[in-house]
Amino acid sequence: MMTALQVTILVLVAAGATAVVLIRDPVRQVVSLSIYGLLLAVLFMAFQAPDVTLSELTVGAVALPLLLLLTLAKVRKQEE
Amino acid sequence: MTPSQRRWVFLVAGGGFLAFYLWGLVGLPGFGHYPGPYGDIINAIAVSQTHATAVVSAVNFEYRAFDTLGEEFILFTAATGVATVLRHLREERDTSAMDEAMNRDVPATSDAIRMVTLAFIGPTIVVGWYLTSHAQTSPSGGFQGGIVLATAFVLVYLAGQFIVFKRLSPVALTDAIEAIGAGSFAAVGIAALALGAAYLSNILPLGSTPGAVNSAGTIPLISFFVGIEVSAAFILIIGELLEQTLIVREGNR
Repeated sequence: MMTALQVTILVLVAAGATAVVLIRDPVRQVVSLSIYGLLLAVLFMAFQAPDVTLSELTVGAVALPLLLLLTLAKVRKQEE
Repeated sequence: MTPSQRRWVFLVAGGGFLAFYLWGLVGLPGFGHYPGPYGDIINAIAVSQTHATAVVSAVNFEYRAFDTLGEEFILFTAATGVATVLRHLREERDTSAMDEAMNRDVPATSDAIRMVTLAFIGPTIVVGWYLTSHAQTSPSGGFQGGIVLATAFVLVYLAGQFIVFKRLSPVALTDAIEAIGAGSFAAVGIAALALGAAYLSNILPLGSTPGAVNSAGTIPLISFFVGIEVSAAFILIIGELLEQTLIVREGNR
């Protein structure tokens, strides 16, 4: 059976994913993507998968947003 | 195609997808009722067979170590690709960098950011090293630990010193460490072959106590090599991208 915590975090993840798609400004989108990665990490923790939690924390919440931010900085520099 | 026709195509396709999706959902096993045999078998034998109390690591670095090797080389190839592509571009822009820098203000890093990032560098290295070296005892491993270790270098950059970041991670050294990490993982497997065992089978003594840091044979060794490969690859990718975005800033100093 799913616990109340698991249901709550599933709903939060769904809301977070929708927010990432709906936010149109790339920089804000990257920040929201990072928060979404954090939510996903909590989700994996709630479903008793600590290994996946660590991977999601490092890659989804830190590494991917960092790479995207750097790419955005590069693109903006070229547009100036 | 008119908008209304397009909407009808979408509604038909979406309705069909929804029907098949719901049909598939009905056939799924109930939540928490895993039907396959492998998970239960692994849970029953992994600790006595590998002396690793983190069964996920035992699966990653032993039972399916060959798959992990493949995944490792995906990252290796990605880092090599980034380095190759961006190196070419960098040479193209090198001449204009100084001129652009003349009239550009470089915002100074605030003291608060500097303090916080500097304070976090040490703990980050400790956490990264802990994750890399404790794959056999607790949920962790080289992949996660490697990224955390690389994050420490990014903190050095965030503290405002790109030059220091480059000095700490020269491309030649990072390249070499990445290659040594990836190559050593493959070499652990070849060593097993040389001893007459299957590729990547656990050839080292397992240690007497399951759950001790020095137990589980090749699992911590492979985790260590994965850790340095992942951290070097990530530092390399970040370094190349930073150089792309900050080459103007660097020319100003």
